[in-house]
Amino acid sequence: MKAFLIKYDRIISVLAVILGVFVILNTLIEAGVFSNYIRGILILVMIAIIMATSLNIATGFLGQLVLGHAGFMALGAYGAALSAIALREVIPSDLVLFLVATAIAMAISLLAGLVVGTPALRLRGDYLGIMTLGFGEIVKVILTNLEVTNGAQGLTRIPRIMSFPVAYFTMAVVVVIIALFMNSRHGRAMISIREDEIASESVGINVTRYKIIGFLMAAMFGGVGGSVYAFHIGFLSPTTFGFVRSIDIFVIVVLGGMGSLSGAVIAASVLTFLPEFLRDFANYRLLVYSALLVLTMLFRPQGLMGTKEIVISFRRFSDKIRAFWMKHRKTKAIEGGTDHGNP
Amino acid sequence: MDYVFKQLINALNTGSIYALVAIGYTMVYGIIRLINFAHGDVMMFGAYFAFIFATSLPFSDTAGGVILIMLLSMAAAAIMGVLIEKIAYKRLRRAPRISALITAIGMSLFLQNLALLIFKAEPKVMPALVPKTRVDFFGLDIPVLTLYTFGFSVLFMVLLTLFVRKTRPGKAMRAVSQDQDAARLMGINVNSVISLTFALGSALGALGGVFYSLSYSQVYPTLGVMPGLKAFVAAVLGGIGNIGGAMLGGYLIGLLETVTNGFLSIVWKEATRWTDAFVFAVLIFVLLFKPSGILGKHVKEKV
Repeated sequence: MKAFLIKYDRIISVLAVILGVFVILNTLIEAGVFSNYIRGILILVMIAIIMATSLNIATGFLGQLVLGHAGFMALGAYGAALSAIALREVIPSDLVLFLVATAIAMAISLLAGLVVGTPALRLRGDYLGIMTLGFGEIVKVILTNLEVTNGAQGLTRIPRIMSFPVAYFTMAVVVVIIALFMNSRHGRAMISIREDEIASESVGINVTRYKIIGFLMAAMFGGVGGSVYAFHIGFLSPTTFGFVRSIDIFVIVVLGGMGSLSGAVIAASVLTFLPEFLRDFANYRLLVYSALLVLTMLFRPQGLMGTKEIVISFRRFSDKIRAFWMKHRKTKAIEGGTDHGNP
Repeated sequence: MDYVFKQLINALNTGSIYALVAIGYTMVYGIIRLINFAHGDVMMFGAYFAFIFATSLPFSDTAGGVILIMLLSMAAAAIMGVLIEKIAYKRLRRAPRISALITAIGMSLFLQNLALLIFKAEPKVMPALVPKTRVDFFGLDIPVLTLYTFGFSVLFMVLLTLFVRKTRPGKAMRAVSQDQDAARLMGINVNSVISLTFALGSALGALGGVFYSLSYSQVYPTLGVMPGLKAFVAAVLGGIGNIGGAMLGGYLIGLLETVTNGFLSIVWKEATRWTDAFVFAVLIFVLLFKPSGILGKHVKEKV
């Protein structure tokens, strides 16, 4: 039993934390402690986490500047919404409908990522940023002008089938997949590309291939975020997915720490909740955001967490407690000893 | 034929504005390799400065008053540009480029929201400093405003070119853009050259903003976003870092917009709604096939 616990410590700990947080939040919602309003914000937090962790693959781990992440979110949202409207009659179950629509959203975002990413990743740094920015704007123009998306008036009649558990577990699955990937050989290859492209190429890492994989993953999970958003809000308008949205996601990644998933999760939660509490100062929200962004770059360019992660592990936790306890006891014993010597 | 001329004159008008703003992007990029995202918002503030001066100064509707307002707004924007550089960018000169770029984005958002707080979201009506009449110019019927826009843009562009090519500070500027460290060893005060670059670029951007707000008769906090992005596209199209390229790119983007709005819309009714997409598509194609732009030099990456 003990050997089993030690061997699978990380998996057990992570699953326990995910389930634990879920049970706490869900009970609070079900018990009515959290109002419907807070439930809505919690779902927005889940969306922000999905968007930030997915952008973190490309910007944080791969080191590529992407300023059009809202473009992928928009494609995912519209793709999911339109397929859900079309399939509503065929699929009676909300959950299955969500899963099917999300799969379609992922496919669309992936395709868009392939079309943009393959040529764009030849560019470096700021040029890539500008190109993805151009992509985001083009997506917005296309969505405004298409008939099937109902143009600038926005898409209505989207079934609002998002529940807190679905949003939560979608988020958990996305984050766990990204975390597992980043801890694998492939993830380390991506991090090495961020640190030094030429050096990683010289040790045999296929830089182009990993850049495209990272970019595609970011695009695909961005589509998932869009899908959750569409079913939560129930209304889509092209202007929601403009440059400001891309920057919002980007700010979360930068403040959380580029290359830190736990940083992205914390920053997404704080930055989604904070403005809701500061409703009275709504006008100052973006002013404070932008000042924060500049100040972060000036004084703490690595963000809240840098590239560090909060490691969820019961074993490590209990080890730490034990170590603390032992140390504490030892100092007590020593103190006692000296007391005895000097009455 | 009249229609064609009218459209070409339109192209000159918008092209001049893009060219003026694009120069600021290209100068800053040339000297510290930074895409100054805040430049579009300096342009917006330039328009607001002109609005403030036009509504508060008593003699704003005389020809001399117009020029005074322009020069005052340019000076105010120049100070603003220098301050932005000193506060936000200076510390990051040796930092990774992504940090500087994020700071520039932050600065851009900050300025927009500052304008939103100070001037509120509702568009302000820009007083018609230049009479909205048309004049006969060598047999062509041209709005007076276009004459002003084009005339002053060309004047300032010529002045800038002369400044960069013929004067000592201009020479210092070119030296810093080639090699900052070597320039410092030659006794050039790099900091003041960078400040000068920001001042000149911001002043020209503000001039663009003044003309932009005059031709649309409106000033609002997000005024600089779209023209700023398009001017950036123009700078990339012409070859970023190259002042002549920025001018050329500006007029080309102006022409492209006019062609979609004025001519393509005749055969395809919805063309005007796709103009922005066309401009960004141009950007993407330029970046993919000739990232150095039309007049730029290709720089090999060093290991």
